[in-house]
Formats: sequence, structure tokens, C-alpha cells
Amino acid sequence: MTDKSLYAGRRRRDIIFRGLSIGATAFGLVWLALILGTLFWEGASGLNLAVFTEMTPPPGSAGGLLNAIVGSLILTGIGVAVGTPIGILAGTYMAEYGRRSRLTMVVRFINDILLSAPSIVVGLFVYEVMVVQMGHFSAWAGGVALAILVLPVVVRTTEDMLLLVPDSLREAASAIGMTRWVVIRGVTYRAARAGIVTGVLLAIARISGETAPLLFTALNNQFFSLDLNAPMASLPTIIFQFALSPYDDWQQLAWTGALIITLAVLTLNIVARVFSRSGSGQ
Amino acid sequence: MKQHTVTAFDEDLSALASAIATMGGLAEQLVAQSVQALLKSDPELAQQCITADKKIDELERQIEERAITIIARRQPMAQDLREIIAALRIATDLERVADLGKNIARRALAIDAQKFGQRLFVGIEHLSALGLEQMKLVLDSYAARDVAKAREVWAKDDDIDAVYTSLFRELLTYMMEDPRNIGMCTHLLFCAKNIERIGDHATNIAETICYLVTGEPFDEARQSSTTRLTQAEQA
Amino acid sequence: MNAPMVEAKALAKKIAVSNLEFYYGDSKALKSINLPLYEKKVTAFIGPSGCGKSTLLRIFNRIYDLYPRQRAEGEVLLDGKNILDPSVDVNLLRSRVGMVFQKPTPFPMSIYENIAFGLRLYEKLGRSEIDARVEAALSRAALWTEVKDKLNASGLSLSGGQQQRLCIARTIAVQPEVVLLDEPASALDPISTSKIEELIDELKADYTIAIVTHNMQQAARVSDYTAFMYLGELVEFDETSRIFTAPRDQRTQDYITGRFG
Repeated sequence: MTDKSLYAGRRRRDIIFRGLSIGATAFGLVWLALILGTLFWEGASGLNLAVFTEMTPPPGSAGGLLNAIVGSLILTGIGVAVGTPIGILAGTYMAEYGRRSRLTMVVRFINDILLSAPSIVVGLFVYEVMVVQMGHFSAWAGGVALAILVLPVVVRTTEDMLLLVPDSLREAASAIGMTRWVVIRGVTYRAARAGIVTGVLLAIARISGETAPLLFTALNNQFFSLDLNAPMASLPTIIFQFALSPYDDWQQLAWTGALIITLAVLTLNIVARVFSRSGSGQ
Repeated sequence: MKQHTVTAFDEDLSALASAIATMGGLAEQLVAQSVQALLKSDPELAQQCITADKKIDELERQIEERAITIIARRQPMAQDLREIIAALRIATDLERVADLGKNIARRALAIDAQKFGQRLFVGIEHLSALGLEQMKLVLDSYAARDVAKAREVWAKDDDIDAVYTSLFRELLTYMMEDPRNIGMCTHLLFCAKNIERIGDHATNIAETICYLVTGEPFDEARQSSTTRLTQAEQA
Repeated sequence: MNAPMVEAKALAKKIAVSNLEFYYGDSKALKSINLPLYEKKVTAFIGPSGCGKSTLLRIFNRIYDLYPRQRAEGEVLLDGKNILDPSVDVNLLRSRVGMVFQKPTPFPMSIYENIAFGLRLYEKLGRSEIDARVEAALSRAALWTEVKDKLNASGLSLSGGQQQRLCIARTIAVQPEVVLLDEPASALDPISTSKIEELIDELKADYTIAIVTHNMQQAARVSDYTAFMYLGELVEFDETSRIFTAPRDQRTQDYITGRFG
């Protein structure tokens, strides 16, 4: 009899906690759906070809987001191009060469701080180091700021993914006479490739929405520019500027820009997911 | 000796060893009784011996089956492996010993020894006493895993051979004296030969025991040289 | 009983170990090991877990070098040259002394590349030569017929037993002189195990083989010589037929008859 009542109690608690968990999940999902819904509702109405072919307009006239889109692509490109190789090499050092060294522990600690550092701090830092020294805002400075944000993500995922490669594989590779670098290049990178690529994609997703560091570095530009030494437009900064403006058509463009960024990030996340799904087996 | 981690293995092996001991005891008894049946012309005892042999045959079959099962199930190694191989060989020898005893019992039924003078029997009796002693000694040495005793059995076989040879000559003389003795003497000659063969089986068992304990194949050349040495020492 | 018990045999010693000690940090894992590996013979290492048999095997190709704080002292002569000498190039050594591990470890690449990769390390070969060597190695490892139509499939797509044979093929493709097998069949089913054992039997025509195994019957089946190790010591080394029928040391006897612990 007592057994039965014990069991009934357990069942009750199980139902209560299951209910609470489902409720919390639903609560989160509702807000997410509301955000995405509003975004689509507001953004999609402004989505047309002109958005991709015309410059940002002065208030009151028609225009698009071409300069901001191109600017975002360039800035992100610089960030990834600079941050990824450094990040992968650093992660490789930590996982392969200096696994037990003091330096690795220090780097890992600092990297974790950098990973959670507010991006505005990074923006300020690059402003001090580059913008002030050069005397003007530039796409270079924006790219470097983004690279600094890419770096910790890539370092972390590279290290983690390489550490997941079993030592038995390294031993097997060494056992047929491969030098350390050949082992890493030929075997462990291949085994960890999916994970590392996923890390890079997630880093891109992270920086493509960054606004704060760009405000201090690449600033903004109302005109189309490919000059890396000049200020450059980007989607987040344009959204920031247009959304705060009192003009209706600017606000519409801000919504549309936000939608474009969201879709791009979503796509990257899906691609990353597919990559990690396909696993390390080729 | 230490126990096996798997205790059932120990049980299997000790059951096998005790089956051998049982079979040895029965074979020994059978031989003793068959000789008695011969000497005392006791057809009832002889008949008993013939039935007893069936039981021994059955025991041999059981031991063989048990040994094969152990090999199949436990993949014995080293000492354990030798234990099982030894059991198989010894069982075969004991079965032959029992057969030889049965053969003597059959001959006891065929001849009426009482008709004859006791003199002839003295030789047979002496020979069978020697053979039975060898059997007892070798079974003891198996029970105790005693190599020294087994070597003793091996060395003593020469004595049996010597007694057999003289008995052979004696029987030959009888036959030449009176051809009517030939039938009877031939039976007795075969009985003597059987006892001599029993001695040989005892030696075989002794060799098996040496292999079982030492793991070395029994080396006759070395063995005889050492026995000769000890005999020389004793002299 | 550390001295080799089989002596005065007219067999060439491919590897001669003398007074070998091994340390993991401060703890001594091998105590004064002396032992030969005879050329073109299979030597099996048996003993309970932690007895040092794998440790010993891992010295023969200095794979322990990958880890800090592991060190060996004493002498391991490969064709008369001490491989523990710091001047020895470990990568060249490993191209002469191959190793197959307990868990199959195919590289994350195609079956063909798994073998070709190692070939390109130390030899300049043309495409057709590599093709021929890949086929030869796979045939040798009794895998060719099973994979010849899918050489471009991932090595990881093979079954466990096939993966292990791929690893053996990869090892012998670079034509080593000694092959070390660290429990090569312990993760495999009985049929795959038999195939590996058959392979070992064939390989011994050309290679000196050392195998660590927990399976005593396997050691008895495949090896010519057997070394029993216990608590970091070499207790007994002798011909396999001798070890498994009439070992000299009581500890060996107890271990192989299942009277340990």
C-alpha cells in the first residue's frame, strides 16, 4: 500500500515538472514567434528589387540598401579572412602542440573572456588603436573589429573539435611514420573538419549582426564605396540610423534590412547544422 | 594447488580424477579375482569378472566423454590440459587391463586347473602378485601425483618380465614332457602373457603420470640410465 | 626468471631487449626486461591487465614519445642499433616498425587514400606504382576482393573487421620490417578474428611480428614464442608450445590455467 502511494507521489511530481518545462518552452517560443512575425510583417512589405539595386536614399525619396549590403559583405569578409586563420592556428596550437603547456591554459582563459566580452568594448579598443591613429574611420578598422569577434569563437571551436579527435587516431597516424604536422594536416584536420567549418559559420552569423563595434570603426556611409580606407556602410548601422529616424520610408528600409540580416543568419545556421550533421565521416 | 577462478572447472577436474581412481580400483579387483578364479577353478567368480568388465568399459566411456566436454568447454591449458590428456590415456590403459583380466577369467572357465598339480600355479601366483603390486603402486602414484613412485613402477617392470620368461620356460618344459599338457599349458601361457601385459600397462600409466606432473615427455633412455645409476648405488 | 630461457637457437634476433625499464612519470612500469624478438617469428605477449605488455610493445616503435613524462631506459636493439638513442629519427623508425592498434583506426579519408597516404610519405611513386602498391597491400590483408569496387568510399564505411584489416594493409603497405599488433582482434567478432589470425600466419613469412593479446587461446594459436608478463616483469619467455603445455614458472601456470585472482 505504501509503495503505491509513494509511486503516486512520484507520478504527480513528474506531471508537475513536465508541465512546468513545457510551459517555459512555450513562453520562450511565443516571444520568438512574435519577434519573427513582426519582422516578416513589417519587413516583407518593403522587400523589392530596388532594395538590392539602389543606394540608401535621402529622407523622403525612394532607394534601397545596396551600399549597406555590399558593405556588410566586405566587412564580414575582412573579419573572417583575418580572424579565421589566426583562430584555427591558435586552436591547433592549443589542442595539438601545447596541450599541457601553461601558455595554453592562459590563452584559453583569455579567449573565454574575449568570447563573452561586450562587442562595444572591442569597438572602442579598435577605435583607440586604429581610428585615432589613422585619423579617420575606415572599413579596415571595421573589419579588424569583426575579426577580433570572430577569433575567440574559431579558437574555441577549433580546439574543442581537435580535442574530440581520439588520440588513437593520432597514434595510428604517427605509427606509420608521419611527422606531427602531417598528422595534423592529413588526419586530425580531416577528422575535425565538419566541426571547424561549423564554428566558422557560427562566427560569421555572430558578426553579421554586430552594430556597436562598427559604429566606432567603419562608421557609416550614405554612398556606395569600395574604398577600404574610407568609412563604409553596413546593414546593422544603417538599421540603427534609419530606425531612429522620424521618416517613414527610412523606417521601412530598416525593417527590410533587419529581415535580410535575420534570413542570412538563419541560412548560415541551417548550413552549419547540415555540416555538423553530415559528421566527420567525409 | 591454487583454485581456478571458475570453481566449476575445479569440480570437473576432481570428478575426472576420482572417476579414474574408481576405475583403477575396479580393474585391480577384477584382475585379482580372475586370477583367483583361475587358481581355485571357481566358475562363479570367473563369471563375476566377465560382468565386471562391462562396468569398467562403461566407466571408460564416461571418462572419455567428460574429458572431451572439459576440453570443449574450458579450453584447458598447461597442467589442466595434461591432467585431461593423462586421464584419457590412463582410462584406455585401465580398460585394456580389465580386458586382459576378463580374458584370464574366460580361460579359468575353459580349464579345470584343479586337475593339475599346484606346482604350476606357484609361478602364476607369483607373477600375478607382482602385477597386482605394480597396479596398486601406479594407482597410488596417480592419486598422490608422485613421480618417484611412478619411476619405481617403471623400473620394476623388468622383474615381471624376468618372472614371465622363467614361467614361459617352465611351461615349455611341461609341454615337452607330456603332449597331453599342451592344451592346458597354452591357456596358462596366455594367462601369464596377459599378466605380463598388465604390467606393461602399469608402466604406460607410470609414464603418463611422469608427463602429467613434470610436463616433460617420458624419456626412456634417460630414465633407464638413472635407474641403473640408483641400482648401482644400492649395490 | 628474467633471462631468456630459449637460448642457443640458431635464430636471428630482429629485436633484442636488454635491461629495459620504463617509467610513467615517477612510477616504474617495466622492470629490467630482457628478451629477443626472433626474425620472421610471431612473439605473443600475455599477462593480466596492467602487467606492462602494451607498454613494452609501445617502446618498440617509440610511440610513447608522443606523450610527455614517459621514458625508457636500457637498450632495445633493432638489427643491432639501439632505438632508444636520442639521435634516432622516430618517424623513420616507425616506418620500419609498424603498429596496429586495438580499436580499428581508419583515417577519415577514402579506402584508397588510407593506404596511399602512408606510401607517399617516404617514397616518390608514380600514380600507377601507388595503385599497384595499394592493391598489393589490400590483397595481402585479404581485403582486396571486398573493397576493390569501392576504393573511393570512406574507410569509416567498412565493418569493424574490415577496418582492422584496412589498418593492417596500411601498416604493411609501407613495407616495415617489424609489425606490432596491440590486441588487434579484441574488438572484433569471431569470424573477423579468425581472418586476422589467418593473416598473421601469412604475414610471418615476411615480417617479424609481436602481438599483445588478452586471449590466451589466440596467443597459443598464432605465436611461435610467448612471453608472460606480470607486474611489469617478464616472468617467462619460451616457445609457445612449451608455455601452454608445461610452463616452468608457477605464476605462468596459474595465469594460463585460470587460477589468478
